[in-house]
Amino acid sequence: MAPVVPSDRDLRLDLFRGIALWLIYLDHIPSNIVAWVTIRNYGFSDATEIFIFISGFTAAFVYGRAMRDYGFVVSSARILKRAWQIYVAHIFLFAIYLAQIAYVARSFQNPLYAEEMGVLDFLQQPDVTIFQALLLRFKPVNMDVLPLYIVLMCLFAPILWMLLRNATLALAASVALYAATWEFGWNLPAYPAGGWYFNPFAWQLLFVFGAWCALGGADRLKGLLRSRVTIGVAIAYLIFAFCITLTWHFPRLAPLVPKWLAEHIYPIDKTNLDVLRFAHFLALAAVTVHFIPRDWPALKSKWLRPAILCGQHSLEIFCLGVFLAFAAHFAKVEISGGVPMQVVVSILGILIMVAVAWLLAWYKRATERKGAARPKAPDADLAGGEA
Amino acid sequence: MKKLMMALSLLLLAAGPAAAQEPLVPLPQRDPCEVPGYLLVGDAMLDEVAKAVKDRRELKILVLGTGSSALGGAGKAYPSRLEEALKRRFPEITVNIVTEAKSRLKAADMVENIEKLLLDRKPDLVVWQTGTVDAMRGVDPDEFRHTLDEGIDAIHEAGADAVLMNMQYSPRTESMIQSGAYADTMRVVARDREIPLFDRLEIMRYWNDNGNFDLSTGTRDSAMAQKVHDCIGRALASLIIEASHLDHVKANPTQ
Repeated sequence: MAPVVPSDRDLRLDLFRGIALWLIYLDHIPSNIVAWVTIRNYGFSDATEIFIFISGFTAAFVYGRAMRDYGFVVSSARILKRAWQIYVAHIFLFAIYLAQIAYVARSFQNPLYAEEMGVLDFLQQPDVTIFQALLLRFKPVNMDVLPLYIVLMCLFAPILWMLLRNATLALAASVALYAATWEFGWNLPAYPAGGWYFNPFAWQLLFVFGAWCALGGADRLKGLLRSRVTIGVAIAYLIFAFCITLTWHFPRLAPLVPKWLAEHIYPIDKTNLDVLRFAHFLALAAVTVHFIPRDWPALKSKWLRPAILCGQHSLEIFCLGVFLAFAAHFAKVEISGGVPMQVVVSILGILIMVAVAWLLAWYKRATERKGAARPKAPDADLAGGEA
Repeated sequence: MKKLMMALSLLLLAAGPAAAQEPLVPLPQRDPCEVPGYLLVGDAMLDEVAKAVKDRRELKILVLGTGSSALGGAGKAYPSRLEEALKRRFPEITVNIVTEAKSRLKAADMVENIEKLLLDRKPDLVVWQTGTVDAMRGVDPDEFRHTLDEGIDAIHEAGADAVLMNMQYSPRTESMIQSGAYADTMRVVARDREIPLFDRLEIMRYWNDNGNFDLSTGTRDSAMAQKVHDCIGRALASLIIEASHLDHVKANPTQ
């Protein structure tokens, strides 16, 4: 029996994806004091988990309906079109990255950093670099999320097909792939060395789990999420993670972590989505869903509107955030790196993200109103909100 | 735009509580090399160093590193500053420092011939500066960790102590080199193996944030680089003395 694809959009998804985008922006500005507010400082998981999970959820929400209504071939084409859009966005960001690097290479010199400037060496062979970037093998700092998203979207059509047929089996396959990745150390190769920063074979678990939740899994988990025991365990785990992270910020506390425990939990592997990170995200999600109901009145308030708007245009706002983080770093080294500047660029960046999201929403509304007379194009990207 | 930024910064400076952290007037005659204690103190011990100094009255140090352990001109880079600081502190003791620094070496490249180096030099202490090139190349963090373990094993087998030194803080290239994960790995390995870590990254960040050095300045002149290396050498000397519990060895027996 095929699971029911829900029809109305859950604003909590947009809200938390919007907030995740802000947090990713703050974390991407190097040495930024405002980044102290981001969740990675208080637990194992960070905004990336939220972003990938919600992206999986919304992708299933939008394309699940498309697959039901228009069949496998058409919806697959639409999913691949989306993957292509993300790919183009990624290459656009890469061009900006190149411009920034080339500027630093030309304008900055200091004998103290002779070695660090070697990171610019790839400018000397742009043919190789650009080719590797087109293959998604070159991995500039802070640009690792989109390649992951692209691969996940490219493989999403068969995954969705499986989820719609037998959701449990699909989820089990995803878990098996995750386990096999840990067992055999699979990853996609990167250039010039190593593997992808976000290993798609491991991170797919979060994306597929998000999709599974969207296609009825969330309803199946409802009983579990209502139980006091679950919430108690989740809160206990969040507190445990908080205590452990505290010892990272205050090295004096580190000896308080017993050695056997440290041996068990370290290293907490971000590349392969460590189980501790995944569990931390689950606990966070469980607690959030428990205390913030779907019809939470504040979701309609104007105070949360900015975050929701950003979450509804996640691809554009994510790219903008990466660009703004570059610009913020530039302002920090060119003008001043002090705390006031860090606060200014952090706030300014988020304001710009909100303004652009508002503009995009306005444009979408305006074109929809104009197009209302004509029969509506069945485009999942525009109609059902963004995946 | 610049004016707007400045106006905004001033506004925040006036209003924000964070502004209080920045001293408006530099304290008189502040030592630019000062390092807050928590960055130099640890539980790890350097027993071989203590033994060499107390029993043999000599100390042989091998600095194994990459480009950031060298600086044009002999005697300017931190290894020779370290040597000088130690000689000043222990005039009675023969201090001998050898530097093996080649740029662009990953940790794995250094481990390749570490055994031969240890045989040739027979050091009491190896200061192993690494991580920069691995971060630049994006070496697999797991692999990096194993390489560190391998190198430390080799050093311990050769009967020497080890100190790990991580990357420099480099504000200009901060958004291009993902140092964080590699620095974390080095901290974890240092803690697991109970060896001291000279946290160059945090120490230099402290100097930059505190106004001791403006590390985003572009210049062809190496005056600042030399001062920074001098400070690194001195801080490293403090770390070594602290970790080998030599604080109580008489500074100068003739006095």
